[in-house]
Amino acid sequence: MSSEKKIRVLVGKPGLDGHDRGARVIARAYRDAGFEVVYTGLHQTPEQIVSAALQEDVDLIGLSCLSGAHMTLFTRVVELLKENGVGDIPVIGGGIIPQEDIPKLKKTGIREIFLPGTPLVSIVDWARDNVMPRYWVEEKVTNQHRMSAQSQISQLKRRRLSDGTRKMG
Amino acid sequence: MFTEETLRQVHEGREKWEKEVGKAIRQKPKRRERFSTVSDVEIKRIYTPEDIRDIDFNRDIGYPGIFPFTRGCQPTMYRGKEWTMRMFSGLGSAEDTNKRWHLLLKEGETGLSTAFDFPTLMGYDTDSSRASGECGKCGVAIDTLQDFQVLTNGIPLDSVTTSMTINPPAPILWAMYLVAAEKSGVSWNKIGGTIQNDMLKEFIAQKTLMLPPEPSVKLISDTIEFGTKYVPRWNTVSISGYHIREAGSTAVQELAFTLADGIAYVQDVIERKKLDVDSFAPRLSFFFNSHLDFFEEVAKFRAARRMWAKIMKDRFKAKDPRSWWMRFHTQTAGCSLTAPQPYNNIVRTTTEALAAVLGGTQSLHTNSLDETLALPSEFAATIALRTQQILADEIGVTNTIDPLAGSYFVESLTNQMEEKAWEYINKIDDMGDMIAAINKGFPQMEIANAAYHYQQQIDKGEKVMVGVNKYVVEEETLAGILKIDEKVEQEQITRLKEVKRVRDNRKVTQILNDLHTASKTEKNLMPYVIEAVKEYATEQEICDVWRDTFGEYQDPGFY
Repeated sequence: MSSEKKIRVLVGKPGLDGHDRGARVIARAYRDAGFEVVYTGLHQTPEQIVSAALQEDVDLIGLSCLSGAHMTLFTRVVELLKENGVGDIPVIGGGIIPQEDIPKLKKTGIREIFLPGTPLVSIVDWARDNVMPRYWVEEKVTNQHRMSAQSQISQLKRRRLSDGTRKMG
Repeated sequence: MFTEETLRQVHEGREKWEKEVGKAIRQKPKRRERFSTVSDVEIKRIYTPEDIRDIDFNRDIGYPGIFPFTRGCQPTMYRGKEWTMRMFSGLGSAEDTNKRWHLLLKEGETGLSTAFDFPTLMGYDTDSSRASGECGKCGVAIDTLQDFQVLTNGIPLDSVTTSMTINPPAPILWAMYLVAAEKSGVSWNKIGGTIQNDMLKEFIAQKTLMLPPEPSVKLISDTIEFGTKYVPRWNTVSISGYHIREAGSTAVQELAFTLADGIAYVQDVIERKKLDVDSFAPRLSFFFNSHLDFFEEVAKFRAARRMWAKIMKDRFKAKDPRSWWMRFHTQTAGCSLTAPQPYNNIVRTTTEALAAVLGGTQSLHTNSLDETLALPSEFAATIALRTQQILADEIGVTNTIDPLAGSYFVESLTNQMEEKAWEYINKIDDMGDMIAAINKGFPQMEIANAAYHYQQQIDKGEKVMVGVNKYVVEEETLAGILKIDEKVEQEQITRLKEVKRVRDNRKVTQILNDLHTASKTEKNLMPYVIEAVKEYATEQEICDVWRDTFGEYQDPGFY
């Protein structure tokens, strides 16, 4: 069953940066490759991105930043994922990122950084090689929209923790 | 331009040549199945008088400075005055940027152009939680008039013109400039410059977003009206295709959407402000991208001038020839630069700059070789400026005006560019106007499709990026990349706190309340903004009034 499940990826634009060409092209490349894609749109706070990732129950988070604020913003997303007990969702990033920042970002838990010029196919392949779609309980959390954000998060956390089949590369 | 007899002879010659082509192809097959521009417009093997048989010299090409301005907007072009060398720059604090400005002026730059950081661009102060980590990173941080005065310290505002890339908070930054000039003893009729102030392309492409489209356009009309009355040498809007192209559009889309945005602004000022078109149209200015495909770009610039002249004369019935002309700034294409083998970027920027010059630009920014990695270092910015100086002084392209005119290929491509752009403009007219088209996501999706198509062509190797998908090498990373110190943010927050402490807070509150009340009416808001800025109201305090009055626009996230 898990092999039939599609990888769900969230493409996020944290911060005030408006350069969304890369994020949108990558969202489309994932979609065309058969992934389920959630694109947050622009100008999201790390909190909004993590909340969307939990609500959408994604398998992978891709962040794009071209404003130079990647150290603050990417790191914050990883921290928040850990705080919410879902530090196992892999996070990758791209944008205008100096070489010297890449090891620092990886140390904080970012799995991979893709610089301008990376072929779309390598970004898609990375996800295929490193992310396995988890299969989740089919019954969706009911009345999601009526629940408080906190209770949604804890429900989703329970679902995620109970899911033993997730495999990571 | 050609007699029937000439065309007959041309055709005869062509038939002979085609036989030769047939033989040649049998011996040496074509390198590619299809030859096309960067925008994927198919290009023919050869162009002849047959491709421009319908051209009328005076009607379509003509003379510079005369309708339809295909060849340039001034009669003498660069023989009278070189283009303005205007390097887009801004980094870290106001002090850091002021220092860079003085360096560039010393090195021969002839105009200033301001890059602001994201909080400033988006209408947030440095101490906002939304601004965390962004201060000074992609431009200069400006919160209040005090920062602005530091920024312009020692700059002769009566002789140097300044462009500011600022959109939602454009009225505020312009007000700061006006007050800074006044305080340094320079009157408003002496200062010159440009605020970008083009919100429609923000929704389409650049995405520094704040208010919904309708109030955004109203604020732009306020600035146009105010400038027309009180700041006669200021360009109150720079109708921009640059960002549309950077977002991945084709050359035709860049041209068409930019002109459609221009039409929307002119229409709004005429309807809302009841101003005579000739009173404000001469101060409208434009801003284009110069991308890699040399001839496609030259054709775009020539078509742009001709189309705008027709729009102003025929559609808006402008009578002053200065309302017909299109003056524009150009920036070489940031998106054409590569992170690998960064020194190659100097070559790309050079040919892009040359296309802008042969296309007749009024001012030019040349990108630095390191801009895919960070803000330009002093070293890289100086080479970029020198590139323009070499084009202007060494290679002879400024000796004559519009030297590519009359080329069968360039004229044919110029016509084709115009024809395709009209199709888009007609489509947008059919939707109602540009705001309606934006609300439908039309330009956004057209650009997204083009961007994706281009990326696929790169990935398949149909389009080449040297160092990326061809001639790839292992290499050392570039040394000397500019880093913005994290302490800039803390220092800026401290300065902001101090300004808020010493200003007359009662007065600030009163002025912001007045602005709030006025924002709900059709009144011109510029005088209120100027008063607020004078009392050191912060950028965000003013923007918050507008967010509260008009609501915030959310990016629909089309992809």
